[in-house]
Amino acid sequence: MSAFIEVRNVWQTYGDQIVLENLNITVAEGEFCTLVGTSGCGKSTFLRLLLGQEVPSKGQILLGGQQLVGEPDASRGVVFQRYSVFPHLSVLNNVALGLELPRSPLLGRLFGRAKRDAREQAAELLKKVGLGHALDKYPTQLSGGMQQRLAIAQALIMQPRVLLLDEPFGALDPGIRKDMHALLLELWRETKLTVFMVTHDLSEGFTLGTRILVFDKVRHDPHAPNAYGARITYDIPLNPDRRATRAAVDALPAHVTGSLHSVYQGA
Amino acid sequence: MRLINRHPDGAGRLLLILLPFALVLFAYFTGSSARLADNPNDKLLPSAVQMTDAVKRMAFTEDKRSGGYLLWQDTASSLQRLGMGLGIAAIIGLCLGIAAGTLPLFSAPLSPLLTVLSMVPPLAILPILFIVFGLGELSKVMLIVIGITPVLARDLEQRAREIPAELLIKAQTLGASTWTLILRVILPQLLPRLLIALRLVLGSAWLFLIAAEAIASTDGLGYRVFLVRRYMAMDVILPYVVWITLLAWLMDLGLKRLTQLAFPWYEGAKA
Repeated sequence: MSAFIEVRNVWQTYGDQIVLENLNITVAEGEFCTLVGTSGCGKSTFLRLLLGQEVPSKGQILLGGQQLVGEPDASRGVVFQRYSVFPHLSVLNNVALGLELPRSPLLGRLFGRAKRDAREQAAELLKKVGLGHALDKYPTQLSGGMQQRLAIAQALIMQPRVLLLDEPFGALDPGIRKDMHALLLELWRETKLTVFMVTHDLSEGFTLGTRILVFDKVRHDPHAPNAYGARITYDIPLNPDRRATRAAVDALPAHVTGSLHSVYQGA
Repeated sequence: MRLINRHPDGAGRLLLILLPFALVLFAYFTGSSARLADNPNDKLLPSAVQMTDAVKRMAFTEDKRSGGYLLWQDTASSLQRLGMGLGIAAIIGLCLGIAAGTLPLFSAPLSPLLTVLSMVPPLAILPILFIVFGLGELSKVMLIVIGITPVLARDLEQRAREIPAELLIKAQTLGASTWTLILRVILPQLLPRLLIALRLVLGSAWLFLIAAEAIASTDGLGYRVFLVRRYMAMDVILPYVVWITLLAWLMDLGLKRLTQLAFPWYEGAKA
């Protein structure tokens, strides 16, 4: 597998404070990376860099060989812990929005047949994530877990190449969390999605990922706590069975694997 | 039981709502009848009968000079001015608020300007409005617009800033441009807040309307109140004030209902 995302010598500093120092990793397409580390060690900062919400102070990040665009765009989907869905849109419209915005640059809205098609496609994906019964509800009427399902569906309708998750299940009950893990893994298996997921929960990081990246400060100056930033101290491959399955699927010819991705290629 | 934990029940609640109104009316009519018993020609505190007569004269009798029904004519002209003023102010305020609250490049020059402009006392520049726009309808509408637009714009700017950054980023990952992001995310989220802001500035809008009508007008509720003041016609002024209050209260109620009906997703509408 070739390098899909390449992080080269990336530093992120805010004024005097060094948050990330000298990050270097390559990630192949389709990997599920979980990012763990103590609070304030820069894993969310790293996610923001991948998202394009922030630009690295030094170094560069390549996506498919190209320099990463310095602002969020449709190639990278994102799910935050909170405020990921639009409160003024129904569940169905929250997902259909992703189909409407790129196709209608003037009004951001589709009409007639195109609108019906977009809503059908959105409804299909929503059924898949278990929200088929709540299409006309508003997000505030949904439970926390349901809202995150919606946020994931909303990100996936764009068929992004990269999915970034910033503690997406941090506010959920343990039981609901397990369901969400199953859903996320199922969706990951069916697409060629590369996932980066920040989590506080170590066991979550180990169960879900095919690779876990541990962020930590290697050097520490007690008199100047901001002088050194975090690095990736451990980079451990996980769940070899899933890695192997994915590698095997990738080795198959495209006309066979094509059917596996059909759900998302429907657009 | 502590006072803070005591809640009025259904009937008690209604009684508590009506009590202050009843007390005010009782105090007024006691005073009125005392003064009228002293001097039947007293004009300061007219009785209910005198006020009813005045209402009949103003609202249900043709005016000899103009051939119209004065109260309704006054109401129509005032409401037209108020509606135009509020409408124009809402549109300008919304545009300025969105520009200043969403786009950092527009916020830098706009925010300080709006802050300063909202400190200009609108009534102090009323003479300028009369000089520039003449004594016609335009200057009265402009006074309302100038008076409440900065307030609306600043409020909406603040509300626009309160929209979580996560939502703006999410919209961009869904393929939104700046324009479609404003159109599909910012604007719909600000509309209910605009209605709430309008409810809050309704009082100021009426103030500016009546001030403008008092100074230069030939009809309108404010004009009439100030006109009959010359004859100390309290029997007309008091019903007019009650009528204006009722209109303002109904507009407030209407805006509240509209917010609830048009934006069922908006949590703030329930208050």
